[in-house]
Amino acid sequence: MRLRKVWIIAAKDFKIFRKKKGIIYSIVGFELFVSIGLPLILKYGGSKTGGIPAAALPAVIDSFSFWFVIGAALLPMSLASYSLIGEKVQKSLEPLLATPITDEEILAGKSIAAAAPALIATYLGAAIFMIIVDRITHTKLDYLYYPNRSMAVILLLMLLATFFSIGFNILISSRSNDVRSAQQIGALIAVPLGAVYILSQMKVISLTVTNLLIMAAILAVVDVVVFYFAKSTFQREEILTRWK
Amino acid sequence: MIDVNQLTKRFEGVTAVDGLTFRVDKGEVFGFLGPNGAGKTTTMRMLCCLISKTSGEAKVGGYDTGNDNDSLKIRKMIGLVPDNVGLYEELTAYENLDFYGKLYERTEAQRKEAIERYLRIMGLQGKQDQPVGGFSKGMKQKVALARALLHNPQILFFDEPTVNLDPESAKVVRDLILELKGQGKTIFLNTHDLDEAQRICDRIAIINTRLLAINSPAELKRSLGGKQVIFQLASISDAIVNTVKDMKRKNVKVESNRIIVDVADPQKENPDIVREIVAAGGDIQFITESSPDLEDAYLKIVGESK
Repeated sequence: MRLRKVWIIAAKDFKIFRKKKGIIYSIVGFELFVSIGLPLILKYGGSKTGGIPAAALPAVIDSFSFWFVIGAALLPMSLASYSLIGEKVQKSLEPLLATPITDEEILAGKSIAAAAPALIATYLGAAIFMIIVDRITHTKLDYLYYPNRSMAVILLLMLLATFFSIGFNILISSRSNDVRSAQQIGALIAVPLGAVYILSQMKVISLTVTNLLIMAAILAVVDVVVFYFAKSTFQREEILTRWK
Repeated sequence: MIDVNQLTKRFEGVTAVDGLTFRVDKGEVFGFLGPNGAGKTTTMRMLCCLISKTSGEAKVGGYDTGNDNDSLKIRKMIGLVPDNVGLYEELTAYENLDFYGKLYERTEAQRKEAIERYLRIMGLQGKQDQPVGGFSKGMKQKVALARALLHNPQILFFDEPTVNLDPESAKVVRDLILELKGQGKTIFLNTHDLDEAQRICDRIAIINTRLLAINSPAELKRSLGGKQVIFQLASISDAIVNTVKDMKRKNVKVESNRIIVDVADPQKENPDIVREIVAAGGDIQFITESSPDLEDAYLKIVGESK
């Protein structure tokens, strides 16, 4: 695989993303909500009754941090939809495949194009989140909550969720001709992650380091399976003759 | 430059291309004609290493399309204009072409020079910084043509290159194809435009899944044999028509006040037909001779294959 070719593909997609303001606004909006909006709940939530008790804070913060995993799954989906289905709608894959580039290089370039902005945004958002949470909670907790092992696993989960999102989107792209419908189908991947969040809020499960590591292990296996199918779907002959 | 031997492609039991064998020489403009679904685009895709063959052999520029290493070399030496232009609508004409120039490993200076040159040839100078999403179909087609030429390919594959163009732009493209031929480039042209094929192709292959005919446009027309003679009458009657038919002519058609007759030797046969028509009471206003054109040859060859 020639990295220069991979980068040419990714750079072209970055250029297209920059011209689609809606994509940028949705990424920035989501990250602002999670990295700044949620910590403000820690500061002002229950302020009339003395705020969130110190003993309850770690569980609340951990559940908030799980939003970054949900974001890491959702944000690349929107980018990958434009990247792959955009090519399909504009019928630009045929001339692209006729150039001296391999299917793997195109796939890698498109994966980087979808993953990089989403990962940069979510990791940056996570850093801002940790700083704000520490500033808001350190007096009540009497220690700095971040960095900790829980967030380290969350950061790992974000990476795995991003890979899952891109692989899933490649599979959807072979069957969809519309960016919006692909995004809607793709949003289904947030359902299991949202369910984990809701179950943690209902105290059915707790987002302990052990539980998060189990989730990471499951997601890693799922990633391998999804990428295996995604790679076999993204073959030039398959694209030109079977993609709907 | 292109050698095809018993090339076959099947899709889940359906044969799209069946045992094609032909050769395209360097510097030749080779027309590829056939009805919809005849396998023209499938053949072109196999030659461009976009899809695999089921059996047979295809070599482009001496490289085997079935070999992975060779296929990258083939794609370096070819330029493709597919039937759908496939441009990035959000990007400008320059950005679209620059992206492809990078994929073909052109330097920045080479890209700039080539982009400006081909946009000028296509009459798109001054439009290079506009997103192609706002371009007309014809303008997009011109950008797609420029894209295929950027890296100075030795072999060009055109799929209906003038289909969206106005007559003036179509002429620019046809002239460009002839100029490229003059530069020694080999051109493989899929087209439905028989007039275009007749005017610019050195040889034409007519296919309908399998190869039906291959020859120069002149030879294809000649293969029909004979000529048609049109007798324009003041008025027509069954008696006149039956008289001509009774002369055991192979093909007699009647269109309003005209009788159209296939004749092998007009100089010898026309006087007899004239005498018979006059004897049957026909008033001949004028007689016109018409040679079969490529459309006649194409329709006959394809018709016989069904």
